[in-house]
Amino acid sequence: MSVARFWRKQPQRYNLIGTSCETCGRAFFPPRSFCPECRRDGKIVDHAFAGTGHVVTFTIIRTASEAFEHLTPYVLAIVELDEGARLTSQIVCTIDEVSIGMRVKNVFRKLGSDGESGPLYYGTKFIPVK
Amino acid sequence: MRKVAVIGVGCTPFGEKWETSFRNLFVDAGARALEDAAISGEQIDELFVGNMSAGRFVDQEHIGALIADYAGLATKHVPSTRVEAACSSGGLAFRQAVTAVASGNADIVVAAGVEKMTDVGTGATVDTLAGAADREWEGFPGATFPGLYAMIARDYMHRFGLTREQLAMVAVKNHRNGARNPNAQFQKEISIDTVMQSSLVADPLRLFDCSPITDGAAAVIVAPLERAREFTDTPIQVLSSAQASDTIALHDRRDISTLDATVAAANRAFQLARLERKDIDMVEVHDCFTIAEICAIEDLGFCSKGEAGRLTEEGYTALDGTLPVNPSGGLKACGHPVGATGIKQVYEIVMQLRGEASGRQVDGEIGMTHNVGGTGATVVCSILGVV
Amino acid sequence: MVGIVTYGAYIPRYRIRIGEIARVWGANADDISGGLGVFEKSVPDLDEDTITISVEAARNALQRRKIDPDGIGAIYVGSESHPYAVKPTACTVGEAVGATPVMTAADYEFACKAGTAAVQTCMGLVKSGMIRYGMAIGADVAQGAPGDALEYTAAAGGAAFVIGNDDPIAVINHTCSFTTDTPDFWRREGQSFPRHGGRFTGDPGYFKHVLGAARMMFDQVGTVPSDYDYAVFHQPNAKFPQRVAGMLGFSREQLAPGLVVPTLGNTYSGASLVGLAATLDQAKPGDRIFVTSFGSGAGSDAFDIEVTDAITSDLFTPGAAPTVTELLSDPIYLDYALYAKHKGKIVMQ
Repeated sequence: MSVARFWRKQPQRYNLIGTSCETCGRAFFPPRSFCPECRRDGKIVDHAFAGTGHVVTFTIIRTASEAFEHLTPYVLAIVELDEGARLTSQIVCTIDEVSIGMRVKNVFRKLGSDGESGPLYYGTKFIPVK
Repeated sequence: MRKVAVIGVGCTPFGEKWETSFRNLFVDAGARALEDAAISGEQIDELFVGNMSAGRFVDQEHIGALIADYAGLATKHVPSTRVEAACSSGGLAFRQAVTAVASGNADIVVAAGVEKMTDVGTGATVDTLAGAADREWEGFPGATFPGLYAMIARDYMHRFGLTREQLAMVAVKNHRNGARNPNAQFQKEISIDTVMQSSLVADPLRLFDCSPITDGAAAVIVAPLERAREFTDTPIQVLSSAQASDTIALHDRRDISTLDATVAAANRAFQLARLERKDIDMVEVHDCFTIAEICAIEDLGFCSKGEAGRLTEEGYTALDGTLPVNPSGGLKACGHPVGATGIKQVYEIVMQLRGEASGRQVDGEIGMTHNVGGTGATVVCSILGVV
Repeated sequence: MVGIVTYGAYIPRYRIRIGEIARVWGANADDISGGLGVFEKSVPDLDEDTITISVEAARNALQRRKIDPDGIGAIYVGSESHPYAVKPTACTVGEAVGATPVMTAADYEFACKAGTAAVQTCMGLVKSGMIRYGMAIGADVAQGAPGDALEYTAAAGGAAFVIGNDDPIAVINHTCSFTTDTPDFWRREGQSFPRHGGRFTGDPGYFKHVLGAARMMFDQVGTVPSDYDYAVFHQPNAKFPQRVAGMLGFSREQLAPGLVVPTLGNTYSGASLVGLAATLDQAKPGDRIFVTSFGSGAGSDAFDIEVTDAITSDLFTPGAAPTVTELLSDPIYLDYALYAKHKGKIVMQ
């Protein structure tokens, strides 16, 4: 990934800055710049998500792409944020801890790096809420 | 719109073809199809080629031109277009070819699909396939393709009580069919234990729940139905070919365990063909993972949500069942060269309807194909019937 | 008065027992733990480093007190393990807490006292009126070569302190420093692990500088150890702070709340600040806290801190972020092989 391609999404990756439609009130993360419901009548504005939600479904990745091989086995889940939007994220926990419906909150973690000498990528993962 | 028929089909053997290059694969498939239709290259008006990622698998773009060239059609200046929709690239190429003939824009059109996947390492293949999902918001956080379907499986099993064994039975059934298909990558029957004891790839999916990495190509030739008998005694009519879209990311779907694009494409295909579900005698579905076949049987409308596991267990979808599903062995056993799969499905249904599927022959006059891109962001369904 | 407006700590969830490290190197676990007074140490997760620890500590600080992130005019992060040699940790922290772009920032390095140097810098900027709030962070994923004595203690963690004038929960009455050129511990450019002067790190290093700064503080403020409720020292192990506390005349009780090294290990730039955070976790209005850090190379910063009524007011919600004790609870223990993987000591191709 080029430096610019990651950098331009830092607000989203670091701080879960998504969008919402002022017309229908629906919140989007990952952000959308066009409301699929309201279409041209929609008015999209930035929306900061609180970072809390629950696990909708999950898996434990045992065979990963090269960039994630060192993390296996790791928990990957679809998380529904409390504002209603859903996203795909790693859950930082042991593979026995995760379950459907488990409450989670955001944490700041390293997402990857461009080799040994390239840039480091940071952003949001989730951990179980005790 | 004109009626369209398939007048020739060809398919390479599927598998790890270490000695065969990208261009040799499609030349082989194309030659077989031309031979089957008994036509010369000069009669071809247009080419559509389904290919997911030659750019990443073999560092080659501009596939349309390359294929026209090595098919010997470059000097004839035959138009050639690459079609890409991840694993449904082949299905789309077929639909484009059918549309071109139906519209009257062309008469003799080749729809091909090709993928050469084994020229890169497994890690790179996993990463390339992840590009069929949302790279920014699924791939970058660490999703793999098996991982996404595993999340569908987890959701489905949690809600509908599908058992791990029922899931395994999909693979067992498809291997049984593949064992009867000379083109299949795996011509070997397996047991439930084989699946259950294979290594976990993405829980709850194991290695034998997953379609393999495959090299292969397939080609079919379509023509106006009214001219079909010029080329073949056994034309197979394309009764409909319909396509639908959904969100690129699994997390944005209305329902994790329902491929709404399958529902939409199937409804449209049945409507265009003026047929009902009970009219279908056999179906090739997109079983990139065992859970995908379960969802497909339901989302195509052959049973209610939650019933496909039990139907599989009861043999309803076996070769000798009420509705044979994936007589070719499916993606699981026949193999899954991603861009070629949609064309291979048409090839299989045509062979079946012509009665040329020897060891795996199913009785029937109407067959259906179901080809999925990504986790269901693109779906193509086509219905074919004997004339 | 300038002081601590809010604070937060962060410690990774993984631990390794000292006995497990001793087993690998054929050492006697009881001798090692007995000698150091350290029994286990924290280990970062595979996706944790000084940047993520700094961000988590900073966010924990801001959870406890709703201050406008735009009011943070400076962020300084002290560490020996900044992930980049060139590109500041502090900028990522600033972006992740919403303090960018109207702020100044820099990364500090002064062995284990870079975090307290950051506190002093923020104090100066606040006192001079240049900024409203300054954020000072000390954090490390501490480095110790396999088999080196440092490996028994080098841990991961950090703490963030927001320094300001607005109703601080603890005022910083005074700070002073004692600094010389003493090569007791170092890491050369391009090297993965630090080296040290063995027993030379003791008297000419730690003890000379900590005693120097502490006595300077007593002289300048006119206090004696009994004037303080708590004392926090840099804690590379449990023995050094206990011994220096005894030499100065502090009791074990004064030391106890801030002595976190026995189950945390040495978090290098985080060590004295996590100790201060643990002390503030249980401090009451009016409590007075004596802090000295130590950084090899070498220097020591001393602080005279007095807890205010604000710590129990509506302005401050300590329960909004975990205490150091809570961060130390519920660990996951690793064996040496997994520890080596977590620390990047296994070369993968």
